[in-house]
This record gives sequence, structure tokens and C-alpha cells, in this order.
Amino acid sequence: MIGTKLTLNRKRSLLGLAFITPWFLGFALMFATPLIQSIKFSLSKLTISPSGYQLEFVGLTNFKDALLIDATFNRILSQSVTEMALNVPMILFFSLFSATLLNQKFKGRVLARAIFFLPVILASNAISSAESQGLINLVGDASVVNEMGTSASSYNIMSMVMMLADIGLPLSFIDYITEAIVRIYDIITHSGVQILIFLAALQSVPSSMYEVAKMEGATAYESFWKITFPMVSPLILTNVIYTIIDSFSGSKVTTTIFNTAFKTQNFGLSSAMSWIYTIIVSLVLVIIGFVLSKRVHYN
Amino acid sequence: MEAPQAVPNDVNKYRMQKARNKTVDILYSIFRYLLIIGISFIIVYPLLMKFSVAFKAREDIYNPTIYMVPVHFTFDNIKMAMTILNYFPLLGNTLLFVVVTTVLTAASCALAGYGFARFAFPGNNILFALVVLTILVPTSTLMVPMYLHFRSFDILGLVHLFTGKQGVNLLNTYWPSIITSATAIGLKAGLFIYIFRQFFKGMPKEIEEAALIDGAGGVKTFLQIMLPNAVPPIITVVLFCFVWQYNDTFFTSLFMSESSLMPIKIASLSAQANQLIPSLLGIGNSANVKADPNHVAMVIDTGILLAIIPLILLYLLVQRYFVESVERSGIIG
Repeated sequence: MIGTKLTLNRKRSLLGLAFITPWFLGFALMFATPLIQSIKFSLSKLTISPSGYQLEFVGLTNFKDALLIDATFNRILSQSVTEMALNVPMILFFSLFSATLLNQKFKGRVLARAIFFLPVILASNAISSAESQGLINLVGDASVVNEMGTSASSYNIMSMVMMLADIGLPLSFIDYITEAIVRIYDIITHSGVQILIFLAALQSVPSSMYEVAKMEGATAYESFWKITFPMVSPLILTNVIYTIIDSFSGSKVTTTIFNTAFKTQNFGLSSAMSWIYTIIVSLVLVIIGFVLSKRVHYN
Repeated sequence: MEAPQAVPNDVNKYRMQKARNKTVDILYSIFRYLLIIGISFIIVYPLLMKFSVAFKAREDIYNPTIYMVPVHFTFDNIKMAMTILNYFPLLGNTLLFVVVTTVLTAASCALAGYGFARFAFPGNNILFALVVLTILVPTSTLMVPMYLHFRSFDILGLVHLFTGKQGVNLLNTYWPSIITSATAIGLKAGLFIYIFRQFFKGMPKEIEEAALIDGAGGVKTFLQIMLPNAVPPIITVVLFCFVWQYNDTFFTSLFMSESSLMPIKIASLSAQANQLIPSLLGIGNSANVKADPNHVAMVIDTGILLAIIPLILLYLLVQRYFVESVERSGIIG
């Protein structure tokens, strides 16, 4: 055998390569190749024929079409990116809050945890689409459903806005808060995994720290900000990234891209759209990662 | 809880303070219960509604006095939804598919995670950065090329070489999902590789060295020593993979739009229900006959409930491992 002549280190590195081979094959064939092809498609006009497909190079036309000619893509894109930007802080806040709540000792904690993580297993696009279709069926029209959704959940929002405005809070902040209340169901059902991650982080904080703080006379509020928050802060970045990635699957942009490809058969345009989306999302991720990683406390 | 700052000789003051602390504690715990019950209610409410609807008879639809608990109990909705969905064959099919892909994903991701965690081969870090890239790129970017790829599947032109055809059409078979999960590139596989790598990195090196001295090779060490110790990440990965695979509509509708899998059937449930309910009720098959939309909505809700019940049962069995395993699988730190 040749193996016997190799040094231990060489052998180890070959073995390591053997371990990652399945992944590497998958990566090369199912990720890297499609990724490059996708760039190529976005720059060409693709026609499907029985024996395969033909490409015709058209330059940046697809990108122009997506941004300037397509009637709805611009709006949907900006809408879902703003929605993502709005949802991320709310989900973070809610999940950290729930995690601290679930980390305390009280009767029925196991049950409460079980219920809080229930959305993790029920977050299915199939179910939500079937549900909205059932509702459409009931009312007869999709636009009515949308209106119903907003009116049903915002019936007493005005009084709250007035109240908050009377206190003297800035209007934009009030808008944000009311938005959060209107979408509370969305937020709760989207924060299952985030709560899980925060909870695990909270449990890894040594309890001796809290004991010391208590002896020194720190209040619960102080020990939250001085101990809990810094200790879980590395996970905030993780959760932000997870939330953003999670928002891909249900977002309207993905549906639009899917429909452009498989309903209207415009594969080039669809690829261009998805690249615009990818670029915007990665820009957001880079900015958030840069801002947050400077403030995070690593121990 | 504030520490009581008692003055030793002033017992009264001490008692007062103790009483005050106690009331604050009680008030706080009442507040906490209210909050938790409120949030739990928001989460559980849709589920409760579905349960109540599932057992409601048709007479009860227009009875405004009914809240949650129906007057006429019936299994008609469940029976009807089961016929429309062809429930048990569908469930068996779906479970088989999900279990196979889950096992394959967990195996391939564990291998890759171990490879990245423990072996110093050239390019380790660069390759791992590529794993992170697979997590971050939205799947819609790869959709069209993947679709075309599986439409005429061919590895390095081998099929073309031997049969002269343009590759095999794998759409509407289970192969696309099986191939992607066996090669650790399927649904959120990057995340699973990351979880395994973090865990294996945290395990003490001495275990492996001892195994090496005792004469175990790399593969044997992995199978007999590392894997039995890696139960927490395995549970985490298997649970999440199972649930996400069961609920996934993106890949299934892309590759297997005509297969009988739960997510696809559920997504098209309302159209089917509209078509089939009149004939099931025996009021005729013609296009003019339309089912009562409220009744259709009821059957759809029942169907959704039937679809998620296996997950809920599974969840009730394993939910206590959820937190524990995430906590110990080393995502943190």
C-alpha cells in the first residue's frame, strides 16, 4: 500500500478530504455549477427545447427589464426588504424577551416552553397558503382577504396612536410600535428558533455571575444589562442572520421569481431578479454584520 | 429580587421590607403568568380553532352562539378530508420520503462537519467559508439551473456517453431530493454542517489520540468514538431536518410538483376540495353544483390539521430534547 509511506500528517489530511468528499461533490455539482449557470442565464435569453435548452446572449437586458419594465418587481422587492428590515429588530427583541422569561423558574415552565417552540414545527408555507386559499374561497376574492386581514387586526389601533402621541413620543416611533402590535402574530410565529438559540445562550451563562452581582447589590434590571445582555450578545448576530435567511423562504420576492420562471417561462428574467435580490440581501447582511460585530462582546 | 438590607435592631422595619419584597414578587409573578398565558394563547389559538372546526357538523356553521365547542359532534369533516387527501397512503409516502432524506442529510452533514472540525488539510478554512456561502445564498438563485439540471440529469456527460441521450429526466421522482441530501447540499444543509463542526471542535482531542494509539483508524474512530458521543447535535439536526423537510414547499414544488407528498397536496387542497365535495356529498358532479364555501373552508381546515398532527405528535414526544440538545450541541460559543 502507498498509505504506509505517507507521513501521519499527510494521511490525516487525505482522510479529512475523504470525509468532506460527499459535501464537496454536492457543492461543486449542485451549488457552484448552478450558481455560475445562473449568472449566465441572467445575461441571456433562455429557450427550452425537448433536448435541452438554448442560450442567446442579451447582455444586461434582463436586469433592465426586472428593474425598469416589470410592473411589480420593484415594488415587491422594496416592500419585502423593508418588511425584513422592520421585522428583524422586532423578532430579536421579542425572542430575547421570551427567552429571559422562559429561563426563569416558575410552575408550568416546561409547558410554556413547549408552546413557545410550537411555531418552529408549524411554520409551513404550505399550511399558510392553504389557509389563505380557504379564506379566499370563503370571501371569493383575494384582495378582500388582504383588506380583511388588515382591518381585523387594526380595529382599535387609532386610540392607541392617540394615547402615545399624547405622551409626546415621536410619530415615527409610534408607527413602529403600532406596526409591531398589528403584526404580533407574525412575529411570535417567526421567533421560535431565535428563542431557542437565546435560551441556550442564557443557560450557558454561569450562575455564579448573578450571585456575585446580587451580593454586590445589583438589581435585576442592572444584572440584565450588565451580565445577561453582554453574555448573549454574540448570539444576536447569529439570530439576525438566521432571521434574514429565514425570511427568504416565505417572501413574496421568491414567489415572484418562481412564477416568472415556471409560469411565464421567462427564465432569464427570473435569474436576473434572483441575482438582484441576492445582491441586496448580501449587502444588508454585510452592513449588519459589520455594525454588530464591532459592538459584540466576546469572552 | 433585592437583597433585604435589614438594620439588625429594627425588627419592624425589617418585617415591613420583607412584606414589601414579597408583594413585589407576587405581583411580578402574576404579571409574568399573564404575559406567558397571553402569548401562549396567541400561538395555540389557531390550532384550537382547527380542532373545534374538525368536529363541527354542518348544521353548526351558521349558529352564532357556538364558540369553540360544537353542538353536533361529527367525524364527517375528518372522513371527507381523508378521502380528498387519500390520507394514509399519502402520509406513509411522505414519512418515508422525509425519513430517507433526513437520515441522508444527517449522515452527510456529520461526515462533512467532522472533516472540517478535525482535519487540517489545505484549504480547510476556504472550503468552510464556502459552506457558509451555501447558507447565505437565497435558494431562488439556484432554482432555474437546478431545475434544468435535474430535467436532463447527467454527471460529467457519462449518460450521454453510454446511451447517447441527453441525460435522464429526474423531475417528479424522489431522486433530486435524495441526491441533494446525500451530498449535504439540500435544505439548509449548510446550517447542519455548521452545527456538527462546532460540536466536534468542542470535543477533547485526547479521545481521538487515545483511539489512535489503540490502533483505530480514522473511520473507525469516527464511527465508534465520535458519533456515539455526538448525540446532542444529531438530535438537533434530525429534528430540524425532519420538520423542515416535512414542511418544505419550495424544493418539493420545484422538483416533484406531481408527486404525492404532504406539502404539495396541502397547498392544492382548496382546489381539490371545491371539486370533490359536491360529489362526495352526493349532490351531483356537474360544474354548476358548488359546495357551500363555508363547508369547503371547514374541510380545508380539517385537512391542514390532519397534515400537522403527525408533527405535533412527534413534537410531544421529543420536545424536551429540543432545548437540551440545542444547548449542548455547541451552537453557542
